[in-house]
Formats: sequence, C-alpha cells, structure tokens
Amino acid sequence: MSLLEWRDVTVDYAGPDGPVPAVRGVTLSVERGEVLGIAGESGCGKSTLAATVLRLLPDSARVGGEILLDGTDLLTMSWGKLRAARWSDAAIVFQGALHSLNPVQSIGKQLAEPIRLHKTAADPDARVRELLEQVGLPASRASAYPHELSGGQRQRVMIAMALACGPDLVIADEPTTALDVMVQAQVLDLLTGLVRDLGMGMVLISHDLGVLGTTCDRIAVMYAGRIVEIGPGLDVFDDPQHPYTRALAGAFPRVGDPAARYAPVGLPGDPPYPGDLPGGCDFHPRCPVVMDACATASVSLVDAGAGRVAACLRVSS
Amino acid sequence: MIGARDLRVVFGGRVRAVDGVDLEVDAGEIVALVGESGCGKTTLARTLLGLEKPSSGEVLFEGKPLDYRRLKAYRRQVQLVLQDPLGALNPRHTVYDAVAEGLRIHRVPGDEQALVADALSRAGLRPPERFFLRYPHELSGGQRQRVVIAGALVLEPRVLIADEPVSSLDASVRGEILGLLLRLRDELGLTVLVVTHDLGLAWNIADRVAVMYLGRIVEIGPTAEVLQSPQHPYTQALLSVVPDVGHTEQIVLTGEPPDPARIPSGCRFHPRCPVVLPECTSVSLPILGVEVGHHAACVRVG
Amino acid sequence: MSLATQRRRRALARFWEQFRHDRAGMAGLIILAFFILVAILAPILISPESLDVTKATGERFDPPSLAYPLGTDEDGRSILLLLAYGTRISLTVGLAATLISMVIGTAVGIMAGHFRGAGSHALVGVTDWFLVIPFLPLAIVLATVLGPSTLNLIIVIGITSWAGTARLIRAQTLSIEGRPYIERSKALGADNWHQMTRHVLPNVFPLVLANTTLTVAIVILSETTLSFLGLGDPLAPSWGAILDSAFSTGAVSQGAWWYVLPPGICVVLVVLAFTLVGRAMERIMEGRT
Repeated sequence: MSLLEWRDVTVDYAGPDGPVPAVRGVTLSVERGEVLGIAGESGCGKSTLAATVLRLLPDSARVGGEILLDGTDLLTMSWGKLRAARWSDAAIVFQGALHSLNPVQSIGKQLAEPIRLHKTAADPDARVRELLEQVGLPASRASAYPHELSGGQRQRVMIAMALACGPDLVIADEPTTALDVMVQAQVLDLLTGLVRDLGMGMVLISHDLGVLGTTCDRIAVMYAGRIVEIGPGLDVFDDPQHPYTRALAGAFPRVGDPAARYAPVGLPGDPPYPGDLPGGCDFHPRCPVVMDACATASVSLVDAGAGRVAACLRVSS
Repeated sequence: MIGARDLRVVFGGRVRAVDGVDLEVDAGEIVALVGESGCGKTTLARTLLGLEKPSSGEVLFEGKPLDYRRLKAYRRQVQLVLQDPLGALNPRHTVYDAVAEGLRIHRVPGDEQALVADALSRAGLRPPERFFLRYPHELSGGQRQRVVIAGALVLEPRVLIADEPVSSLDASVRGEILGLLLRLRDELGLTVLVVTHDLGLAWNIADRVAVMYLGRIVEIGPTAEVLQSPQHPYTQALLSVVPDVGHTEQIVLTGEPPDPARIPSGCRFHPRCPVVLPECTSVSLPILGVEVGHHAACVRVG
Repeated sequence: MSLATQRRRRALARFWEQFRHDRAGMAGLIILAFFILVAILAPILISPESLDVTKATGERFDPPSLAYPLGTDEDGRSILLLLAYGTRISLTVGLAATLISMVIGTAVGIMAGHFRGAGSHALVGVTDWFLVIPFLPLAIVLATVLGPSTLNLIIVIGITSWAGTARLIRAQTLSIEGRPYIERSKALGADNWHQMTRHVLPNVFPLVLANTTLTVAIVILSETTLSFLGLGDPLAPSWGAILDSAFSTGAVSQGAWWYVLPPGICVVLVVLAFTLVGRAMERIMEGRT
C-alpha cells in the first residue's frame, strides 16, 4: 500500500466568474522511503495539490477524487481524525517558510507548539533539542529569535518543525527558493538524509528541475493543473519527453554544455491562468514543436519508455 | 568602458562590503559577477552605478574616474535593471510614465511618445501602444521586466547593470529576458554587467565571469575556462553543488557565507576551504589585476 | 493623454459606486451637504440687517416661536439666523485651517521621511515638540498674541495641528522609501524633488486624503473651543462665539436653552459628519489595497 495516493484529484477554487480549476485530475502516489518531485511554475497547481493532503484549502474550494494516506481517504475523514493526522502523520514545509515564523517568539517555543498540541513527547524541550540536532543546528539556538538566524538556518527550523511529531510523510513546497546555492545544497542533503534515516516519504515541490533531478527518485511535471510527464528523476531531467519539460530543463542550463552557450532557452507567453485555458493540448499555444492536431485533440498520459509517461501527441505517434 | 580601481566600500566603519576590487569591463562585453549573499556583488554594482560612494579607490568610466558632481550626466550612460520588476515600478504610474520618466528627468528633446514606443519595441513589447496605459499589476513578470529594461534603454545608455534580472521570474520566461540582453548586446553594442548567484545564467550569456567572496574577486576569466576548469577552491565548490547529472563529487561547504564585518585574516576563504594549507591563515593575497586571461587568488595557483 | 483622464474618471466612478453603498458615509455626506448649502445660501437669503444689533426686532431671550424658530438672543436677534451665518465662519475656518495643517504636515512628513541626517532629525524634533505641547495653552497664547480675527484664528489652528499628520506621513514615507522603484528613480537620475513629488506623494496621497477629513473634525472642535473662550473674531461669530455669548450673557441662568443647545448640536453634527465620511473613505481605500 502506498504511503500517499492521489486518485483523480480535482480542485476548483471559487472565482469571481465561476469555479477556477486549479487541479484537473491528478493521479500520483508516494511510497515510504521515496522522494517524489513535483515540478512546475506558478499557476500549475502544485502548491494547491500539496495543500489538499492536509485539507488546508479554503472552505470555498471544492475537492474531488480521493486522497489516501496509508489507505484511508483524507477527504472523508472526520474532523477529529484529520486534526490528529495533521502534523503527526503528514506535515508540510510551506513555501516562503522564511516568513512563516512568528518574529516575537523564540524558535524553541515555536518548535514546541506542535509537540504540545499533539502530545507526542513527554518532555517537549528535550524533543526540541533533539530536533535541532537532527537538522544540524546547535541546541543552544532554541532560545534565539527568527531574526537572529540566517535564511538557511530558518529553513532548517521549518524542517525541524515539520518533523516535530514524527510524521510518515513530509511535503516540502519550494524549500530551496531564495537560498544561496551552497545553502541549498546543504538543505537538500539534509532532506535526503532524513528520508534515508527515518524511512519517511517525501514530496519535493519546485520549479527548479535541476534540484529535483538530482534529489528525487521520481519526478512528475505539472502544467495547467494536469500532469504532463512522470519518470525517474535523472531521466526526466536529462532526457525530457514532453516539450514543456524540455523548456523547463532548458531554463537551468548545464554548465559545460556547449549547446547552452549564448543560447538561452525560454518560452514565449506566460504560464496559463487556470480559468482561461485553450482547447486541445493545454500547452499548444507556447509549444515550440506544435502540430495542427494539438489545438483540438485531447491529450492524456501515454507510455514513453521505461517507467515513463508523457502527455504529448508526438510521444504517442 | 566601465571599471573599478582598488575599490573599497565600508559601511559603518566595520562592514567591508567591497574590500579591494580591480575590474575592467570592455565595450560590448557581458560580464557576470557571481557570488553568494554577502559577497559584496550588489554593493559593487551599486557603487559602479554611483548609488553608493566608495570609501577609497575609484570607479572608472571610459578610463576616467567618476565625477560625482556630474552624476546626472553619468546616469544617461550607465543604467540599472533591478531584480524585482514588481517592486521596481511605481504601482501608480502607467507603463508609459515608467518608461518616459528617464526622458523627463533629463529633459531629452524630441517626440516623447515616439521615443517611448521605440524603447518598448526594442524591449520586445509589441505593439508598444497597447502597453502605454497599462499598470504594472496588469502585466506578467516577464512583461514587467521588459518595461524596466525599456525604461533603461530609452536613455540610450552604453552600459546596463542588471542585478539578478531573472531570479524572480518564472523559469520558462527567463530565457526570453536573457535572450533580450544578448540581442541588445549584439544589435546595440551594449555593455552588460550581470550580478547573479546563478552559475547557469553566467554559462548562458556571459563572456567573462568574476567570482566574488567576502568583498574580493577571487577568480576571473573567460566563462568557458572559469566554469569548466575552475582554479579557486571556492569556485570549485560552487560548481560542484550546481545540480547536474553524473557529476563529480559534491563539495558541500559547511556553515554560512561569513559576515563581512569579520573578515578572516590571511586568505579570507581559509576557514571553509576544503584544501587549506597552513600558510593560508597568514598569507596576504594581492587584488586580482585586470590583465586578460584567467586568474585566481589562491596560494595553490601560480 | 486623454485616455489617462478617462482611466482617472473611471477610477473615481468606481470609488463613488462603493461610497454610495456605505450607509454611514452617505449619512455623513448628506449632513455635510446640508450645512454647506446653508453656508453658501446664508448671505443670499438673509440680509445682514437681521444681524444688526441696533435693528433687532425681537424681545430679549424670547423662546422659539413662529417668527423666531430658534428664539432670540440677548439683543433680540434671531438665533436661527445667527446660526446660519455662524455656519459660514465655522466651516470656513475649519476648512482653511485644515488646508494649512495638511500642507505643512504633509510637506514636513515627506521631507522628514525622505531625507537623512541632521535636517531630518531637526524636522522630527520640531514635530515631536508640537505633538507634546498641550494644544490649548499654546493656542490661547498664540491667539492672544496675534489678536482676535478670523485670519489669526485660522493661522493659530493651522500651526498647532499639523504635527499628527506629519508623524503619520513620515511613517508612510519611510515605508515607501524602502521600495525598489525609488532606487530605480535615483538610478535614472532623479533629484530629491522629483522623487518626493512624483513617487512618494502619489503613494501617500490616499492616506493624506483620509487623514484630512478626520483633521477637519478636530479643527472645527478646536475653533469652537477657542471662540468659546473669547479668542475669536467678535465681528464674525462662529458657533463657538455664539456659545460664548450664550454663557456670558446669562442665558443659562435664564433658562434660554434655545441659545445654548443649537450651536452645540451643530458642532456635534458637523464633526460627526466629517468623521463618518473620513472613516468611509478609509474603509474603501483599505479594501482596495
């Protein structure tokens, strides 16, 4: 049984002109000890998908499909069970985590909060010290305030907070954006180390395909609320099958790749607004290898090689 | 075209943001200034623009030191593109106003509307008239950055200094803006200095790369050489952690980029250097010169 | 750019649309409109003769009657007519003093926030000084020194009430100064004047507007107080001066409530009206951003 399973999940937000489909039928699973990467840009629905796991979306949002955590459907869970599940079974490290800390409370106090709420440890302070060590911070920092820490240190605190109640699943939404490349490497090392040592499952969300390629076992690429490609991490980064994935990978050129010298790869236009989607393949207005059929055909994920699927007409033909 | 000589910028008497930099950027060159936060690259860029006064040393433009009494005239030659296009545009000004601002400040004669339209076109916003009355919040990130670039281009500068020009844009849109900078260099002969932490960006568009650490340039040279055969241990470490496939062993440095108020003695990198030697704690490394070629400030080199 | 004017007109129309639906704001606006109408029509509908003490036709302290709807004062003049004329004075002083106060306050606030160094410190110091000094004693001293006239009253109130605005505007300026577009403007070559007028001012303007309506309320109260204390122009009686007359001529002991209540009620209504309108504007602007 998978640790986490999204089954044909849809999410519609209440917009001023009717429902806005942020997620349009996503089926994905995460196993224990596995790191799944979800790649995409703003508006593709990845953060919304992450928020569905703990039912953290606003009341006005409509969620369809099933979300199974260890076999139990989160969407039909009772409120009490859900509150218990939140943080102790699954936790999220939010985007912009650097600003999610209360500036007037010491980090030790903030770390202790979920522990006290869920009563997961007899001695919260000892557990706080343990957590800080797990993320590579000296235990003495527990009395420090957020503004006294650097960006990388604050991110570690957010990760520690996610681990506080010993969850089986951690979802990290853009954990390395806004961090220096060296600190980014430290944080990614930390995350993959935790997965290895604690046997957790992890979902890493990012727009940086390079980061995902080197840390994730599998990557799913999202565009306009749908998945357009899934495959093993390194393969998706190195040899993308979907034109969008290729453009995304191109935005992070490989140092040493002569083809990338003086040849920046970019797409025209912008990531689409979910309420305003073209017909046919969602990506066709911006696709560099678009064909006539793409404007009208309905596209779904098809086999694209060993353990890989992609939603592109060119792949199936 | 533009450069620095023994430039030092000290804040509050203790924070040595720029601690001795010699730099020369030739006309039509694209130079990438890379480094992590706190290395002084943004301060160096702002000092080159005249937004910050050096504590000692000088900024050179066309071989001559910058005259701080004639800053306004200097501004027509050297322009700035900021990191956050949403913050860089006054939310109450239309696109037209934002681009025309430079013209109005410098009282440039001529048909204002035509000049604005021309700048917007060159920045890739066509047809320009369609954008005149839009407000920044109505545009996408890529379009906003083009407006900022148009605002800089309208003064027909010789040099463009771009501080993280694409880091706050969506990944798939970055290529467009970078391509625009390349085209401006090719078509207008613009000199570009790009400040960034992204080595991939440098690989994409830069002719030369200068790596900064704690206020000094520690390595400089042609992009292909510096990024493929780095000589300085810091550059080697940075390159090793850039996510890549089938790469060499990662050299993940411990700790954070240190505080420019407490610069270590000897080689400033020695506390974190994975191949440190005993003499590194006391050696006095010279400021890297402006001679052509690939140079690194390290005891192990040369 | 006529298209730009079109946009501004549309923005104003949207603002009015929202304001229309704000009941409290509309109530305040209607009250204000009434008083402004009275102030404008007073000299047209009422001949100055009816305020002439020598031509007064009523009895002393006459209670309200058909001929004199609000009764008479100690000289037999109609209190209703006195109030109508008083509206002009009170509103004029109120608006003029507010204008002075806002101009000084905004200018000082923006400069104190924009500049760094000794000049800015000095401005902040002066602002704080004016904030700390109790308003009434300072106003009394100034009014006494300058002499009783409407113009002096306007000056005194303008000078003593700008500090609160300055503080507010300075704080807002500081937060705007941190934004990248100010830096960009500098990089384009803008001088201080350009930065302050073309970037800071338009962005603090909504705050200034909302603050203005609230300041008017305070100013009118101040004017009433000073006039009540006898520091106003004896030849141009505002509501405060009417109240002063009422008390000093013994209207209270005579039980002439029609002399004391109406001026007070007018002050309260106008102050309330301005406050309602000001709060409504704040609500709309907050909702906007």
